Amino acid sequence: MANRLKDTDVVIVGLGAAGGVAALPLAQAGIEVVGLEAGTWLTRKDFAPDELRNNVRGWPQSVQKANQEIPTSRPNASSPSAPRGTVHPMQNSVGGTTLHYWGQSWRLNPWDFKVVSETTRRYGASRIPKGSTVEDWPFDYDELEAYYDKVEYGVGVSGQAGNVDGRIDPRGNPFEAPRRRGYPMPPLRWTEFIEKMAGSAKSLGFHPFPGPAAVNSRSYQNRSPCMYHGFCNRGGCHVDAKNSTMVTTIPRAQATGRLKVVTRAHVTTIEVDANGQVAGVNYLTDGVEYFQPAKVVLVAGYTYENVRLLLLSKSKAFPNGLSNNHGQVGRHYFSHNMLAGVSALFPSNTSSWYGLPAQGVAVDDWADDNFDHSGLDFIGGGNLWVYSDRRPIGAAGMSTFGRAPAWGSAWKAFIKENADRSNTAYIQKTTLPYEDNYIDLDPVVKDPLGFPVCRVTAEFKENERRVSLFTQGKMEQWYREAGAVAIQRAPVGGAMGISTHAYGGTRMGDNPATNVVDRWGLSHEAPNLGVLGASTMGTSGAHNPTLTVQALAWRTAEHLAKNWNRISNRRS
Amino acid sequence: MTFISRRDLLKSAVGAVAAVPVAGAFEASDGRAIVAPERSAESFALRDESMARAFQASGAPEALESLSAHEMEVLDAIVGRLIPTDANGPGAVEAGAARYIDRALAGALSPTREAYRSGLAALDRYAQSSRGKTFKELSPTDQDSVLIDVETGAATGFAGSCAAFFAMVLNHTHQGTFGDPYYGGNRDFAGWDLIGYPGVRTMVSPTDQRTLEAHQLKSNHKSAYDYGTFTKSSARLSADAGGDRQA
Repeated sequence: MANRLKDTDVVIVGLGAAGGVAALPLAQAGIEVVGLEAGTWLTRKDFAPDELRNNVRGWPQSVQKANQEIPTSRPNASSPSAPRGTVHPMQNSVGGTTLHYWGQSWRLNPWDFKVVSETTRRYGASRIPKGSTVEDWPFDYDELEAYYDKVEYGVGVSGQAGNVDGRIDPRGNPFEAPRRRGYPMPPLRWTEFIEKMAGSAKSLGFHPFPGPAAVNSRSYQNRSPCMYHGFCNRGGCHVDAKNSTMVTTIPRAQATGRLKVVTRAHVTTIEVDANGQVAGVNYLTDGVEYFQPAKVVLVAGYTYENVRLLLLSKSKAFPNGLSNNHGQVGRHYFSHNMLAGVSALFPSNTSSWYGLPAQGVAVDDWADDNFDHSGLDFIGGGNLWVYSDRRPIGAAGMSTFGRAPAWGSAWKAFIKENADRSNTAYIQKTTLPYEDNYIDLDPVVKDPLGFPVCRVTAEFKENERRVSLFTQGKMEQWYREAGAVAIQRAPVGGAMGISTHAYGGTRMGDNPATNVVDRWGLSHEAPNLGVLGASTMGTSGAHNPTLTVQALAWRTAEHLAKNWNRISNRRS
Repeated sequence: MTFISRRDLLKSAVGAVAAVPVAGAFEASDGRAIVAPERSAESFALRDESMARAFQASGAPEALESLSAHEMEVLDAIVGRLIPTDANGPGAVEAGAARYIDRALAGALSPTREAYRSGLAALDRYAQSSRGKTFKELSPTDQDSVLIDVETGAATGFAGSCAAFFAMVLNHTHQGTFGDPYYGGNRDFAGWDLIGYPGVRTMVSPTDQRTLEAHQLKSNHKSAYDYGTFTKSSARLSADAGGDRQA
């Protein structure tokens, strides 16, 4: 029998990007919060600038709860599962993956909230790809704008505004939706190569601008500016300049005295009482079982963890998993179509050894619905992102662009000359949910506790392939304008696999027949259960998910605080 | 993104078994006792002058952690062809890539220990059967032709895919040549100097960046752990997995 702990108001499962943010408005509103985190606290001493450890061997993601439950994946239901990877893309620790992520902090475009109605209005309903289950969000961009602003200032985002209250600033993104004010910090600095790429974009008539980053460009909230040392990608920050929830919202929530952080708490199931209300969560620490009762439970793990925890939490009221009486848990899954990049070789060094992936130049001319699709055979588009990020082992593994063999003296001569002369663009593209892309529990593979892991069944469809080919063409044009002497395009399409940008599975929407949570992120079926994270997002847009995840988490937490008596009193 | 690394595919293709027991200081991983004199400098190819220098510098031979002396000889000959010593300077031998692999096979790369044991033996057998000499005895040109057969899948006598074995060794040779010297490779920063990486820094000012852009930034020849501020304890414990992944 589990050890029953003292009651609390809210228990948050997972203190990462989403849970780490939600804790703050709740604690500030006087609500008692217990934050259960499977990982531990890490400090700046843990963040060695070590490529072998961070990028090759996947520390500190390895030896983690998430790492023991890496999903299996297959492109479709008639294919066998591919061999499982050995490192989960997410890490368990206080602050979660915000410790080692790139820190790109984009808002979505208004179009991303209204894909169905806007596509129908502009091009006709027939342009919604066949088999897609995409829906409009239950609210529009304007509803989330205030929360984007809270997160940008609350954690600290550097960037250049392009549209403040409708006034376009050509230094920023002219396609962005109106924001109430600029970023709290100026953008990260550019290198000579990035300047050159921006110049080439302008000569093509594109609109280049610096991307937004949750990385300090100057001292912010008494934390250091970025040191540009080149180990930000998959590494934590040695000077706390990356604005993870570990160094921003979590300590502020703790300072209220109303957030209790419990580390090494591996949550196994959510308990449901006889009335079908959520009663609390069960977790394990060193093999000892605890039950944490709570008035409200917020599930705030990564997409795979959220879906899995609901599916594993079966009860009399929810025989197919918690909040799954409509069979929607695990549906509408998609991973961001963000590979299929383009690589270029330049005739001189790009001086990219000391940078970070959030330091770069973006072009949004071909993102979302920023351009006319009338004569095209797809909807959506991609954000073109050229950034400064290189380390030695990765450099040695670069493509030789058909100019040298892969080893021997000729390779050595090639790599000596070209190790710092390549660049690979990151192109995040609109990705839609489809009827036959989903997550369920694997019938065979289990974690060491004996619980099944997730099985991802998903592949990119025709619309995604066409967006990829189109945006690759634009990227190639941009590189050629900048003087690239060789270009290589990555393959498009195929299986989605396991992703760092995984969406859906507990989608948010007004219709309980097609969505797991309502417009506030609370379960349609168990209203004292909330879900935070990209698992609630129904579209991806062409930009990184984290800022939107955090804005949604803040909004859910604020809604909960404002309506605390009504929501918490459902349980009596 | 697809989160199955090339290495994961290799592992399954090679049919590597799960972790093998870590070899003791004086025991080869096949359980055969190694007597100390066998690990003298002479037991290694003396053309590996830097390794000999390292022995002299430390005053004692460096113990192998995983490989037998013979396996080490074959591996050192292979990495010497993958990144050769030539007009462009030192290669993987001087960098100590084989030593890196030997150490890593006792830790992070231990799941590939069996693939190395069987792959190195198969490669040597293939050299003998197809070219009439052991791999080490062949001329550099013949060594390259053997390696091309292994790389392209044309070599015979391997338990699994010889191409996968080749890709794995090449990958680990990159790690041992271009990784942080803390792990035993990239000796004297040979790998970083080859590709012009100016060393690990904890701070890069705008002036440093402009100096780099002007091709004037000199290497500081520093490892991450030369800074003394970072925890080393976790550095050698992690399981090998994943490539250079995007987050």
